Amino acid sequence: MDITAGLPVTSPVKRLTRRQLIWRRFLRNRMAVVGAFGIAFLFFLAVAGPFVLYWKFDDIDTAAFLTPPNSAHLLGTTRSGRDVLALTVRGLGKSLLIGFLVALISTSLAALVGASAAYLGGWYERSMLWIVDLLLVVPSFFLIAVASRGAPEGDAAWILLVVLLAAFAWPLSARVVRSLTLSIREREYVLAARFMGLSAARIIVRHILPNASSLLIIDATLGVGYAILSETGLSYFGFGVQPPDTSLGTLIGEGARMATTYPWIFTGPAVVLVFLVLCVNAVGDGLRDALDPASASGGTA
Amino acid sequence: MIRYLGRRLLNYAALLFVAVSLTWVLAATQLNPRALFQLRQPPIDPEVIENQLLRYNLSENVPLVERYWTWLSGVLRGDWGYSPLGVSVAEEISTRMWVSLRLLLIGTLLGILLGVAFGAWTATRQYRVSDRVVTGISLLIISTPAFVIGHVTQIGATWLNNLTQTRMFEFIGETGEVGDYPLADLVDRAQHLLLPTLVLIVLGAASMSRIQRNLMLDSLGADYVRTARAKGLRESKAVMKHALRTALIPTGTYVAFSVATMFTGATFTERIFNFPGIGQYGVDTITNRDVNGVVAVTAFAGVCVLVGAVLSDIMVAILDPRVRLA
Amino acid sequence: MSQTDAGRRGENPTVPVLQVRDLEVTFPSEAGPVRAVRGLSFDVSAGESMAIVGESGSGKSVTSLAIMGLHPATTRISGSIKLSGEELLGRSDADMSRLRGRKLAMVFQDPLSALTPVYTIGDQITETIQAHFDVPKAKAWSRAIELLDLVGIPNPRERVKSFPFEFSGGMRQRVMIAMAIANDPDVIIADEPTTALDVTIQAQVLEVLKKAQQETGAAIIMITHDLGIVAGMADRVTVMYAGRPVEQGGLDDIFYRPRMPYTIGLLGTVPRLDATDTGPLPVLEGNPPSVVDLPPGCPFEPRCPMAIEVCRVSEPPLLATDGPGHVAACHRVETVIQESLTHAEIFPAPTIAESALAHVPRSERPVVLELTGLKRHYPLMKGAIYRRRIGTVHAVDGIDLELRTGETLGLVGESGCGKSTTLLEILNLGTPTNGSITVLGKDTRRLGRRERKALRRNLQVVFQDPMASLDPRMPIFDIIAEPMGVHGYPKPEIEARVSELLQLVGLEPSHADRYPQHFSGGQRQRIGIARALSVEPKLMVLDEPVSALDVSIQAGIINLLEDLQARLGLSYLFVAHDLAVIRHIADRVAVMYLGHIVEEGSVEAVYSAPTHPYTQALMSAIPIPDPETERSRQRIMLTGDLPSPADPPSGCTFRTRCPTYALLPEADQGRCRTVEPVLESWGEDHRAACHFARPLTLV
Repeated sequence: MDITAGLPVTSPVKRLTRRQLIWRRFLRNRMAVVGAFGIAFLFFLAVAGPFVLYWKFDDIDTAAFLTPPNSAHLLGTTRSGRDVLALTVRGLGKSLLIGFLVALISTSLAALVGASAAYLGGWYERSMLWIVDLLLVVPSFFLIAVASRGAPEGDAAWILLVVLLAAFAWPLSARVVRSLTLSIREREYVLAARFMGLSAARIIVRHILPNASSLLIIDATLGVGYAILSETGLSYFGFGVQPPDTSLGTLIGEGARMATTYPWIFTGPAVVLVFLVLCVNAVGDGLRDALDPASASGGTA
Repeated sequence: MIRYLGRRLLNYAALLFVAVSLTWVLAATQLNPRALFQLRQPPIDPEVIENQLLRYNLSENVPLVERYWTWLSGVLRGDWGYSPLGVSVAEEISTRMWVSLRLLLIGTLLGILLGVAFGAWTATRQYRVSDRVVTGISLLIISTPAFVIGHVTQIGATWLNNLTQTRMFEFIGETGEVGDYPLADLVDRAQHLLLPTLVLIVLGAASMSRIQRNLMLDSLGADYVRTARAKGLRESKAVMKHALRTALIPTGTYVAFSVATMFTGATFTERIFNFPGIGQYGVDTITNRDVNGVVAVTAFAGVCVLVGAVLSDIMVAILDPRVRLA
Repeated sequence: MSQTDAGRRGENPTVPVLQVRDLEVTFPSEAGPVRAVRGLSFDVSAGESMAIVGESGSGKSVTSLAIMGLHPATTRISGSIKLSGEELLGRSDADMSRLRGRKLAMVFQDPLSALTPVYTIGDQITETIQAHFDVPKAKAWSRAIELLDLVGIPNPRERVKSFPFEFSGGMRQRVMIAMAIANDPDVIIADEPTTALDVTIQAQVLEVLKKAQQETGAAIIMITHDLGIVAGMADRVTVMYAGRPVEQGGLDDIFYRPRMPYTIGLLGTVPRLDATDTGPLPVLEGNPPSVVDLPPGCPFEPRCPMAIEVCRVSEPPLLATDGPGHVAACHRVETVIQESLTHAEIFPAPTIAESALAHVPRSERPVVLELTGLKRHYPLMKGAIYRRRIGTVHAVDGIDLELRTGETLGLVGESGCGKSTTLLEILNLGTPTNGSITVLGKDTRRLGRRERKALRRNLQVVFQDPMASLDPRMPIFDIIAEPMGVHGYPKPEIEARVSELLQLVGLEPSHADRYPQHFSGGQRQRIGIARALSVEPKLMVLDEPVSALDVSIQAGIINLLEDLQARLGLSYLFVAHDLAVIRHIADRVAVMYLGHIVEEGSVEAVYSAPTHPYTQALMSAIPIPDPETERSRQRIMLTGDLPSPADPPSGCTFRTRCPTYALLPEADQGRCRTVEPVLESWGEDHRAACHFARPLTLV
């Protein structure tokens, strides 16, 4: 084929790339930026803390039971003589790990189920939706508590907790992904892909999921906050992370019983937990504003 | 219409049946009620334990299918079984339901109302100081676990009580020491309701205001709001009459849903303020390895969710003529 | 300009009712301040219609919102807007509210979203009245019924209680007009009021708008991109380009003596319904500039064949030309006037390859696509909460079509006629409800998986919306390469072909790594065409490929399609609602109405003597960008909306809206009601399905 004569060779219009735009919009949201730094700081604390701190979380200082914060124990000690700071850092690590893992698993599951249900339709979609409804009908909090109650104890018990939390976290997101996919499915580029002979699996992976990525990123971020809140809630009641291991929820639950008289066991973990979830949610909000073209985060004249 | 409604209800019944049955299987295999007695000091005779467990259909020595059948035929007769210690589950739920209702109804409704108002208001003031302050506070509140808010409230109340040398704030249980002045009983109850209700309002308002703000932002940009202004309505009136009214359609469904599901939603609040409601009961049944209790709470919650779904549908139909007439 | 109307309103006829001076509108965006309007001035008198014409981004809609005072506070507006001598800029919202809906009224583009879904039509009209006048509810309500009657809504007493969703788009636009004229305004701004509507409905709504003007004596500002509408509606015209008025003048001055090359090009490049010459269209190259970072000089300079050095340096002011009140912003105005240049001289049409098949008679060419008795029915579902099937949609109800190698078959009809369903049915290569589809000799009902995939290679599609048809997450190399990957082209060949294809459609091969968002609408459509061509198909289905593009871009795409067809021997099934485009590009045409083909034949035969009353109405509804023709041509108005395809009328499906049927004696009407007409021959390659057909000459 030769070059068509008489046709103009035109070059594209200069515009901001999508990535530049998102980045700019995200940076404009100061809360989100602070949140991002906050998460980075907490990660650093959780990873480096155990190596830097003098007390290990399972050390017992027999000379100090229930001591208020002092130079030896910066955040005081518990009834059993464990260092609250070391415990908080340990709990923070656990909560972070669980939160991010649960969000990752549940968002992936939601993406796969939601997108495939909407794209394939038929009895597959109906049965998937039925399972989603089933999981939404039962009070997940109680069921996770029941299931973790009978779980074998040991170091890997928290992995079961991750699986349980993820298993109950995906259905709502899957519904959202599904309704988004229903609209993406009708877009002409997906029709075009179908009419050029692409298989359903490739259309979902190549065209639908990338175009739902904004939603998935937001969902995963907010999912981290949700997972941390669920995990700490369970641990607060003693159903989640089991001793001798600890999580922020376990610590708060323990501290809360004596919160009015020995506030330090409660205060430290509570502040860290609130700060963590706040950072995650602020980043989630910032991402939503930046990624969602409908949001009204405009520039200045 | 009736036929479709019927089919829908049938589907709900099936959903509920499967959900509750699966919960029963989970609880029966995981909770191990025998452990409740085995750790007792002085030790109890294993035979006595076995008899107790057998009486309440809790012994794992009976095949699972057989136990399931016993449980199911009981439920079909309206008998939800007993706790390992012999307390009737149905009775517990029926008394605790009212406790929850007394505690939660005001808090839930007021919380939603405040949330809607704040959400709608901040949406019209997007990115102004008032919007940033309110959104910031609501973000802080939804990032704070309910149990932290509950305890912080208690700590604050204790501090205030000590400061004023009174017992203005009560935070344990439904009732306490009742004085002997007229209406003392009512005042006492109100004192006990004050703090948990406050917590519920704050929690509900925070999450609702975020939802409503987003809904409102969507409808503020709608063409019909511009049309209303082009007709000569002032901005504030166009917003109230056209944007807010339309943005309330999804809110209505949300309200219907949360009123129905509030019973299990306030577990932490009930626990912290020691209100013997359904949520508290749910936690206790798990701690006490009460298989029948867990299943009954799950079933109750499931019914609430489905009632909520139906209420939501009715609410949309009331609020949205497109649904009502199409 | 109607002096009597102005006199009736007791105003000084020399004072224009709306006076705009040096209007500048700037609003913020991510990329920086957008100077959407830069120095617009015009006057409109009572009873007069002024059209503001421009392409997307020219600033025409921004102007209308500025006059109404509906821009958000972040928008900076300067200059002066005077209504009956009083300044509007700088007024408070409360102040403007007293004028909006009372003196200034507006009809928006999209009638589907412009009405509040939760209030009845009556509530929304009475609200307009009660916002300005203290009248009792009952009185406002009866006025609402009067207004609905005036704008031609049948049975207004009942319909006033309906909700917007119970109205069709055309009906809602009538309601919008009713609201606009409710308080007898001085100025009505109509912002693309018919762009979202079908042509026959457009004709109805424009008629209502004219009637509304007669009733109120208001000045109308008509904002549109359609030069045909301008020719039929306006007294005076302002042409806008990149936020600037580039030419202003009386209707005939603009259409017959345009002086600015952009106007000249715009008028010359539009395919016209009444044009018999089907050679290549003159092309206005390039794209309208972005108004964020305008270079100095004339914004049209990069696209202007007449540009000289000074055009790059300074932006020309609006200066008087040879006509009274006719101004143009161009450094070359003198030359244009002196040499009386027309588009033929300024924008010469490119040459297009001649098809090798040009001299092969149609009957000797192989058939590439054949539909026989094709039917597609859908279940009709109802209810938002309790979904249930309540009937059957007869989307396509027995059509026959034949497409031969190297030819273009135009499939024309309004929305809901079944043309999109037909197209999807062909592309699906599946089993229709009834009848058969034969692509390149293969019956789609009997295809295996592998055969179907192989056949897909020969059948490619170009979609309507260039924004939606390319995956925004993929660079255009991947987009164009994707079909080749599916059909097993070796990698090195794909690489080579992508650059080849980009050149073929007139794009720079070095831009293959960019994303769709970096390209303009016209360029994206070229990418879509390159993707379709990548696997060397024999048959291309074109679904409204130019209708979403700006007018000045369309000609280039049409030329490209014609050129490619000639070079590659392609066959096109061209689906469109625009009869003018079809006349230009197609060899044969089929007109669809409610799932049936009502008329088909060669383009010459059908356009020179449209025979079915629906084809006639369709043709007479299309505005022609020629004021003289618009004033004199015969119009056939259809009444009402398209009936639901779930409940098509018995006998002839068109009879409910048919102007011929309405005039028939009772006995003949009975035939239309009971007997479904079949396609009958009206000459060589010309068939129509009507019991009482009568050919007409319309254009």
